[in-house]
Amino acid sequence: MDVRVELRDIEKSFGPVKANAGISLDIPSGSIQGILGENGAGKSTLMKVLSGFIRPDSGRILLDGKAASIGSPADAIRAGVGMLHQDPLDFPPLRLVDDFVLGRPGGIGPERRSAAAELARLAGRFGFALDPEGYVDALTVGERQQLEILRLLWIGARVLILDEPTTGISLPQKEKLFATLRELASEGMTVLFVSHKLEDVEALCDRAAVLRQGCLAGEAEPPFSSEALVSLMFGKAVELAPKRRLEPGRSVLAAKGVCLESPRLRIQDLSLCVRSGEVIGLAGMEGSGQALFLGACAGLARPVAGSFCLEAEGLDMTGRSHLDYKRAGVAYLPAARLEQALVPGLTLGEHFTLAEGGRGLFVDRKAAAKLAEERIAAYNIKGRPESRIEELSGGNQQRALLALLTSPLSLILVEHPTRGLDIESTIYIWGKLKERCAAGSSIVFISSDLDEILQYSDRVLVFFAGRASPPLDAASLDVERLGGLIGGKGWDEIEGKAGRA
Amino acid sequence: MRKERLAKLLFGIGALALALGISTLVLLAAKAPPLAAYANIALGALGSWDVAANVLVSWVPLVLATSGLLVTFTAGLWNIGIEGQITLGAIFATWALRALQGAALPPALAIGLAFAAGMAGGALWALLTGALRTFGGVNEIFGGLGLNFVSTALNIWLIFGPWKRPGVASMSGTVPFDKSLWLPTLAPGSRLAPASLALALAGIALVFVLLRGSYFGLRLKAVGRNPRAALLLGIPAERYLLAAFLGCGLLAGLAGAVQVTAVYHRLIPSISSGYGYLGLMVAMLASNQAPLAALVALFFAALNVGSIRLPIVLKLDSSLAGVLQGSLVLFFLLGQGARQRLLERKRGGRP
Repeated sequence: MDVRVELRDIEKSFGPVKANAGISLDIPSGSIQGILGENGAGKSTLMKVLSGFIRPDSGRILLDGKAASIGSPADAIRAGVGMLHQDPLDFPPLRLVDDFVLGRPGGIGPERRSAAAELARLAGRFGFALDPEGYVDALTVGERQQLEILRLLWIGARVLILDEPTTGISLPQKEKLFATLRELASEGMTVLFVSHKLEDVEALCDRAAVLRQGCLAGEAEPPFSSEALVSLMFGKAVELAPKRRLEPGRSVLAAKGVCLESPRLRIQDLSLCVRSGEVIGLAGMEGSGQALFLGACAGLARPVAGSFCLEAEGLDMTGRSHLDYKRAGVAYLPAARLEQALVPGLTLGEHFTLAEGGRGLFVDRKAAAKLAEERIAAYNIKGRPESRIEELSGGNQQRALLALLTSPLSLILVEHPTRGLDIESTIYIWGKLKERCAAGSSIVFISSDLDEILQYSDRVLVFFAGRASPPLDAASLDVERLGGLIGGKGWDEIEGKAGRA
Repeated sequence: MRKERLAKLLFGIGALALALGISTLVLLAAKAPPLAAYANIALGALGSWDVAANVLVSWVPLVLATSGLLVTFTAGLWNIGIEGQITLGAIFATWALRALQGAALPPALAIGLAFAAGMAGGALWALLTGALRTFGGVNEIFGGLGLNFVSTALNIWLIFGPWKRPGVASMSGTVPFDKSLWLPTLAPGSRLAPASLALALAGIALVFVLLRGSYFGLRLKAVGRNPRAALLLGIPAERYLLAAFLGCGLLAGLAGAVQVTAVYHRLIPSISSGYGYLGLMVAMLASNQAPLAALVALFFAALNVGSIRLPIVLKLDSSLAGVLQGSLVLFFLLGQGARQRLLERKRGGRP
């Protein structure tokens, strides 16, 4: 059963981005190895390399000292490596037992009866309440994980990779999961536990490796120190430019008691008042609820309860469509520029024409060309009015996105304003956003870059697993404290404070 | 840019060559002389003024259907339901003419009303598909396909039921209209009506202008290529989708009305004659360019009409035209896919 896993100089690039820049890691058998790191640090890529979903550009994988050639998930399974994905890869319309036998190599007619007995036996052993004849889509996320773990064990996994397994499951399920993993490890199973939640890693793991920007930033053993882990994850704090104090302006957007639901998340009772000219940063690991909330602020997601008011206009916007929000001066800039905000195949000039929304039947070509030239010059976009939008670089697409904003706007909502951009573009983008603020617009933005959050926000909301902190004064935060909150540490303190206030 | 255009042209020629190759293989397999077959198709399409006029007769509904499809394709829609929209256009036009036959209206007015009714019928059927898609979440391919069957059934029912010929109902359709209600043709005996030709040209020209220079066309393009971004840019996507269906339905209905008033002078069971499906191929082959679509439609119409000679002269089935058209579209799309891959590899992006 025992397998020692050794990763040697794993490299993997996606275009210009190095997701893994030469990572080496030794994991002894029978241990639970935590893999920590912020979004984009390279955790998932590394795990997908190990489980055969991604082929590395270079580097080797050794299992028990022997070079393993893992070119596909099937190879990985044959070598005994099984991965439990963040979103379980199962087949919701099937019965549990059918899902269970699907991945098993073998004859044409699966032996349903023996598989069902086997499933029941394994479930009994770990105390899982799974009915082989039930349907997969009736299970909770936690139960689907349990099914997937049993399936991986049954087809012979000796190395088990779990990617963010504690997202979306209940506390008792989490405890059961941890107990199961400990038992498996004690029998010699090698467990890799990928997470961004410090407390989970601290509670469960025998060792932890921290990745940052595609490199191994460091390793730690129990007893873990949260501060040390945070500084490994996010790097050293940088000196920040002194910030102006904000005069509280009139309220632009008031969210009251907002509840939002997505299949994986529940946000409950979130209230926020955005004042004019203010910048609010939403921090948190990806998928902690900040994107859901930001979308709801633009009418892109409908709240289950609570209300949104654009108070400067005295407007109750609850349940209105995005087009209504847009008419009221709210703009939304998504992170996936080319997928969600721009229209591939159309030119830069056509985008400006669309955004301005002119009157009449036919486009005035001369005026449109003039408008495009002006905007391109004003926003320093490297491109021509007739360039197709997908031919621009990421930085220029982001500039174009800003140039598409109409005036005046009361509120600009931005997802990851500078993700994937170089320094020059980053500074430029924020310069333009700040100009908007000076002109009276408020900005709410999401970022996973802590420095960006601290540097540009007046106030910060931290999201953790659907929980949102009260607005925190950015001046009272530093990278360490913010990093801790993002990882779920120090919440008692701020919530206690909010309770007293 | 010029290089790109040249590459496109080369791929187009390559597709044509491959399609000819496949059809030649089919001919050889059928033990027929390929060269003679192609010569006969050419002769059948261009050999006399009469057959050339017939090419135009079949070009008119094809180009009308294609113009409609250019609108829906621009909106990113697969309007398979166009066949049913043509059929409903024909049914509505027939209904109007039957109703007006007794009234002492000037024929021009009656025919004009029949055209209007046909357009209304096509639009109704298209909007039904559109509503199913935008409000019911039924993909337009399935909704359209379902409604195609319904329209065929409706057509047959009318021909064999309420509108059947006195005496015995037959597959040859309803009783022909009074001659005064036939769309006037160039010469007696010809089926080429100048008015229908003018309608087809107007249809494709209108679509060309709308898609090229209007706000409507630009917004439709945005909705078709990225509905999410269109919404964020402030375009009510659903409304534009419905408008696209409406536009296509109007043109398809007009095609059906032309078939009834100018070509068959009655309602027949297969009144749409497959022009809708053929139009889908034309639009794909023309990469949604209106002028090019008009030319491709002319080529396809010529193939259809020309191949009618095959059974007479060579005892071959006339479906050879279909083989040629179908394989041409397939190879063209295949070529596009291959070109895309080559370009991606050159750029060295993600696989």
